[in-house]
Amino acid sequence: MRGASPVVASDQKAGQQLSTLQRFFQYFRPYRKEIPIALLLVATGAATQSIGPFLIGWAIDNLIVPGNLPGLMLMLVGLVLIYLLGVWAIRGQILRVGGIVQRTLAQLRQDIFTKIQSLPVSFFDRSEAGDLMSRLLNDVNTVNQAFGLTIAQMLGNLFSLVGIIIAMFSINLQLGLLSNLAVPLMIFTTGLFSRWARARFRVTRETIGELSTKLEEGITSVREAQAFNRVQMNIEEFDLVNAANRDANVQAVAITAAFLPSIDFLNTLATAAVLAYGGYLAITGAATIGVVTSFLIYVQLFFRPIQILSQFYTQAQSALAGLERIFFLLDEPSQLNDAPNAFEMPPMQGEVKFEQVSFGYTPNQLVLRNVNLAAKPGQMIALVGPTGAGKSTIINLILRFYDATSGAVKIDGIDVRDVTQASLRRQMGIVLQDNILFGGTVAENIAFGVPNASQADIEAAAQLANVHEFIRSLPQGYATQLGERGAPLSQGQRQLVSIARAVLINPRILILDEATSSIDTRTETLVQEAIGRLLKGRTSFVIAHRLSTVTQADQVLVIQQGQIVERGKHDELIAEGGVYANLYALQLGDPAPSAV
Amino acid sequence: MVQSPAPQDPSSLRSLQRVLKSLSAYRWLAIGALASSLLLTAAYALTPQLFRWGIDQGIAQQNLQVVLLSAGWMVVAAIARGLFNFGQSFWAEAASQGVAYDLRNKIFSKIQNLSFSYHDQSQTSQLLTRVTSDIEQIRTFLSTSLMQVISAVVTLVSIAVILLIMNWELALITLTVIPMSAWLMVRFLRKTGHLFRLVQEQLGDLNAVLQENLFGVRVVKAFVRESAETERYTRLNHVLVDTNMATIRSIRNTFPFMFLLSNLVTVVVVGYGGAAVIADRFSIGQLVAFNSYLLLILQPILLIGFAAPAIAQAAASADRVYEVVDAEIEIRDRPNAVPFLTCGGRITFENVCFRYPGAATQALKNISFETKPKELIAILGMTGSGKSTIMNLIPRFYDVTSGAVRIDGRDVRDFTLHSLRSHIGIVFQETTLFSGSLRENIAYAKPDAPLEDVIEVAKMAQIHDFIASLPEGYETHVGERGVGLSGGQKQRVAIARTLLTDYSILILDDSTSAVDAKTAAQIHAALDDLMRQKTCTAFVIAQRISTVKNADRILLVDKGRLVAQGTHEQLMETSPLYGVILESQVKAQDKPPIAAQDAAQNMTLAAQPKEQR
Repeated sequence: MRGASPVVASDQKAGQQLSTLQRFFQYFRPYRKEIPIALLLVATGAATQSIGPFLIGWAIDNLIVPGNLPGLMLMLVGLVLIYLLGVWAIRGQILRVGGIVQRTLAQLRQDIFTKIQSLPVSFFDRSEAGDLMSRLLNDVNTVNQAFGLTIAQMLGNLFSLVGIIIAMFSINLQLGLLSNLAVPLMIFTTGLFSRWARARFRVTRETIGELSTKLEEGITSVREAQAFNRVQMNIEEFDLVNAANRDANVQAVAITAAFLPSIDFLNTLATAAVLAYGGYLAITGAATIGVVTSFLIYVQLFFRPIQILSQFYTQAQSALAGLERIFFLLDEPSQLNDAPNAFEMPPMQGEVKFEQVSFGYTPNQLVLRNVNLAAKPGQMIALVGPTGAGKSTIINLILRFYDATSGAVKIDGIDVRDVTQASLRRQMGIVLQDNILFGGTVAENIAFGVPNASQADIEAAAQLANVHEFIRSLPQGYATQLGERGAPLSQGQRQLVSIARAVLINPRILILDEATSSIDTRTETLVQEAIGRLLKGRTSFVIAHRLSTVTQADQVLVIQQGQIVERGKHDELIAEGGVYANLYALQLGDPAPSAV
Repeated sequence: MVQSPAPQDPSSLRSLQRVLKSLSAYRWLAIGALASSLLLTAAYALTPQLFRWGIDQGIAQQNLQVVLLSAGWMVVAAIARGLFNFGQSFWAEAASQGVAYDLRNKIFSKIQNLSFSYHDQSQTSQLLTRVTSDIEQIRTFLSTSLMQVISAVVTLVSIAVILLIMNWELALITLTVIPMSAWLMVRFLRKTGHLFRLVQEQLGDLNAVLQENLFGVRVVKAFVRESAETERYTRLNHVLVDTNMATIRSIRNTFPFMFLLSNLVTVVVVGYGGAAVIADRFSIGQLVAFNSYLLLILQPILLIGFAAPAIAQAAASADRVYEVVDAEIEIRDRPNAVPFLTCGGRITFENVCFRYPGAATQALKNISFETKPKELIAILGMTGSGKSTIMNLIPRFYDVTSGAVRIDGRDVRDFTLHSLRSHIGIVFQETTLFSGSLRENIAYAKPDAPLEDVIEVAKMAQIHDFIASLPEGYETHVGERGVGLSGGQKQRVAIARTLLTDYSILILDDSTSAVDAKTAAQIHAALDDLMRQKTCTAFVIAQRISTVKNADRILLVDKGRLVAQGTHEQLMETSPLYGVILESQVKAQDKPPIAAQDAAQNMTLAAQPKEQR
């Protein structure tokens, strides 16, 4: 992913993982008083669980074989007490560890969210940011899963493993060594299998990708398939990828299905060795039956934590990779800060000026060069030009989503960098193409910029935006809950709501990116009307796609490759016969209306 | 989230039975898996007996040979266990993959064949979920949960039998652990099942807020809502922590006690068994073996407990999958359908009424008209007046509710669907391109059409010059991972795609709406020529007056009724509605947004053909 050579990369990776882990541990600092208690509980719980076989083996040798029944009973009472202590410790451990982990993960999620709120808008425009963002949800989930409910169990397993190993070695060194011989073999086998499995699972993932692509196409294009008599062919094509996916899965399972038996086999090998050598020791009198018995139980107990921990290892690996990306995000510089002596923007008149403004994400790649413009209060400025020419950049500079690389953006003669961002933006409204709405009611969405707006204000805004009647026709009216991306509203209706949202904050400067997607004709008329009302009396910057917009504009700015190449009123520009006239003839002209 | 219904829901149970029946296609794999699983259980159950033998007959009797033999047999048992274990998981997976493969093929071919009315009422995402996660749920049930439950039950039963044989008194004490931990498990699942779902839901809500703020970052900042959004997220985040803690508390009240139960049973066994050994009624080896079986008891109970919700979910999934598989294909060949061979060009609508399934009102009311051979018919009307619906009745995408659609006097329902549709070329209002090359897209209906033919239709659709200007020409990839085309370019590819078919009836459903006016005029000019040669009848639904004016006849549709027909000049005089619509279309010309984008795209594409929007 980052063009390092693979050899170096693996080394770097290990280092990276370590520092990622260290940084994750920082998150546990608030709990540094609680953690020792939690660990103590975990250790106690694990100890109570692994001491049983030890005592039972001891009892066989020292109590049962000599026939000491009262001693046996006394020991068992002691064992019950130990187990009761175990219940107390495990209950405490589940609650403490769970609490710490849940609060830590919540903090991590909170940090991510707060970071996203503080990142500059330019961050989201960079291409690698999109990639990062698309993985973010996934990463947060992986981390949740790996470190969520299972962590207490993992710690418990780790402790019992240690406890078992200690118990084994303290009972009998030779047998301990013998039964631990299998451990390196198990680790080696686990590594081998996970390498094989990775390769096979990559193929599976690819075939799943192909399958879902075909599937989605098959569903979305079913009308074409029937109209073009392609149904049979589609079914055959689907069958091919479907079968490939099945075969890849079966092949991958051949690896995973062989994994546990192999580990089990190694484990049994150790058990058999313990039985054989222990038996020999017992017969020669070098060990007792009790020792051999407890060893046999320990070796069997040994297997589960190793198996569980090895599964957790894989999960933890991908969680670490996720954490690494999360920390990469958290390390991004935060947004443009308010200047130390920034003041509140006084109530705006609405005069906007660009003075020799250049902007680039990097200084030697300017996307806007030496732009000068002046909008008088109440004027409508139409921005026209091909995609990527710099129209959006101009708008981003007015809203101070970006800061100019050189030059200055001034509103009412005040440099936007001298005022607080909140006071600046509160007096501006935007209506964007994609009309992002948020979860919540319709009313809450309209009151997005003025959370304490009264119902009357909200309805007035909706009325002005031509959407009041429609909202009232909804079963729950203004209290209708909107789902993901504003469902169940249509695109046109979403746009009307987003206009109402802008109306309610009564901005002095309005930014409008006209929708390019087709909305049905009736809603389109409503939208046009609503926008007309919204623009009235306000300074507005409109990324124009409609003829009506450019003809009504006080200034049309034609932007090409980061520069304003022509400016003036529509009629003047047409008369000029330059770039705009060409663009107009190509895109907007239609002889038909005049023919009627 | 997915609601897991009570397992006693009869339809879910029936669906689950059907899933089990579908296993019969893979009966040998299934039997192999089952047999392996039983043998595996037996091998596990036998292993402690080897311990007993080794200790009692070997160590206690000072017989080294028996010790070594028992160790040797343990290795043999391990190998057997390994083979059975592998056989069980591999064959179970293979069988389940087979069932999943069959189900996916079945549901896909059903989806492909289901009528338009079905697809109108279903959502892509829902169908997708059924084919992917629902079938995966079923598959996991077959390969994992089912096997787990079977082998758990077998294990429990066989251990119970062995213990009873070894020492029935001790066994009875020991086996009390089964109902007790089962009770704990049931209580846990009942209490916690909804908590787990709640956690999933709340996590979903939380992620939805995160996603909204990622996509809507500009809006959030412009409306100065950063702190309000952070508050919203914080609130949900806290709620999630609370629910997680509730889950943790529930775990805390169950599992430590289950462990305690099994530990107490060990204590009882050692006490009672130890006393029996001292009294010489029991051997040490038996005591050790008994203890080893205790280790095996708890696991199956946990497995059954965790498999239960998965089985309920699989049943619900099976229900949803079979719902699609069983859906009725409304439009199919009649028993004695005949092939549609040649087209004379006389298309008749006789008192056609049509109501969309589930709709309260009729979309078409008593539509009657007849076309003459070689006629070009334009259909005009407001959005939602029923223009596209009329067209959809000719290739039988829908069947009339009453009345009849006839071609050359014969009801379209008498023809075989395949032959009927292969004679009709249709360009839909909404264009769907496929991921693949432009050539593949144009040759959609005829994958082996020679390149010359593809180029020829591309020229007619006025898209050849654009394609030729791309560095990779006709091999340029479009769709998900390819070059982004503008709406107008897509429409022109779609037109070319239709022109390549063997149509004799051509239907253009508002298919140049996003193409700029000049190009649209060129397309229609090319089509005009073509129509006179190849087509017997053509229908055009269009917004542009220029297009409509060329038609031999204009059908004016309003609210599902055919209100007027005639040439442009006739309608200008007789129909006031025609005038109104014309006027609104003139206004609509005022907003050629997509055309503008199209042109802009052309400009930028020439410079950087990979640009994506």
